[in-house]
Amino acid sequence: MEVTTFSEREQQENELLQKNILVTSIDAVLNWARSNSLWPLSSGLACCAIEMMSSAAGRFDLSRFGYEVFRASPRQADLLIVAGTLTWAMAGPLKRLYEQMPEPKYVIAMGSCANTGGPFADSYSVVPGVDQILPVDVYIPGCPPRPEALIHGMLELKRKIQDPNVARKTL
Amino acid sequence: MSNNNELLAEIQAQYSRETQIIGEDKQQFLLVEPEYLLKILGILKNYEAYQFDMLRNLTAVDYLEYMEMVYHLYSLPLRHSITIKARCAAENSQMPSVTSIWPSANFQEREVYDLLGITFTGHPDLRRILMPAEFTEHPLRKSFKAGAGQLPGGGGNHSC
Repeated sequence: MEVTTFSEREQQENELLQKNILVTSIDAVLNWARSNSLWPLSSGLACCAIEMMSSAAGRFDLSRFGYEVFRASPRQADLLIVAGTLTWAMAGPLKRLYEQMPEPKYVIAMGSCANTGGPFADSYSVVPGVDQILPVDVYIPGCPPRPEALIHGMLELKRKIQDPNVARKTL
Repeated sequence: MSNNNELLAEIQAQYSRETQIIGEDKQQFLLVEPEYLLKILGILKNYEAYQFDMLRNLTAVDYLEYMEMVYHLYSLPLRHSITIKARCAAENSQMPSVTSIWPSANFQEREVYDLLGITFTGHPDLRRILMPAEFTEHPLRKSFKAGAGQLPGGGGNHSC
């Protein structure tokens, strides 16, 4: 059996430590964790919500990316996916849901209606884009967007969270 | 199941002062004078020969000169159906509420009030149902212009 002196052993441990410790900032770690485990709020307004549910189900399996935990309470969610047509009558409740979510929080506008009002942009009852009332981080075009598009949008959001300089937009 | 037109003719013959038959061929309706509307609808629901226990649909149409209420009734036990219409003025439109006969009319009358501006007398809770409470217009009126009415975002201006 090989005999090691105390000083030799200390040197080996030092080398081992140097290979296993990463130095970073706490913000970078938090953003890394946030971006890899977004918890979306279970909320859907129209047909886009069907595609959102499909994204979370087995065939497209959003949980591959760590995003599958759709929360029933805004207190536990950090991502609001606005999936569908927002009317002015619903704008108040949706804004309240957003304000009930704890910081940091993110918003994805999913589909034409959430982006710009879509085919109802000139209607008397439809909000012409949720960015009229909420700060939107990622816009996903489509009517409705396919699950792949939603997954792409969430990965874009992940990229945005990891780069804090563009993570939050103020109205 | 008897022919609807025969049923209509039978009802109209019994209440000839309050009702008349409009339309033609298979599209015949019973037009009721608004002041007798509740009485006639109550009879249609409660009399054994009619038993229209289900209000299948309630809506209204803007004909510019007048507003027309449309009630589609169905009888589950007797399996027959009938269409009732009633007209009121286009300005300051008022109709009696049928919520006392069919409670399911509640939300439908609120929708008609919200979109067409017909006031239902005797309704327990006549508020807007689709548009925000601050909205001032009735958008399914023929006279409605796009962009009119106050929305939180400033109506058609798209500003916030």
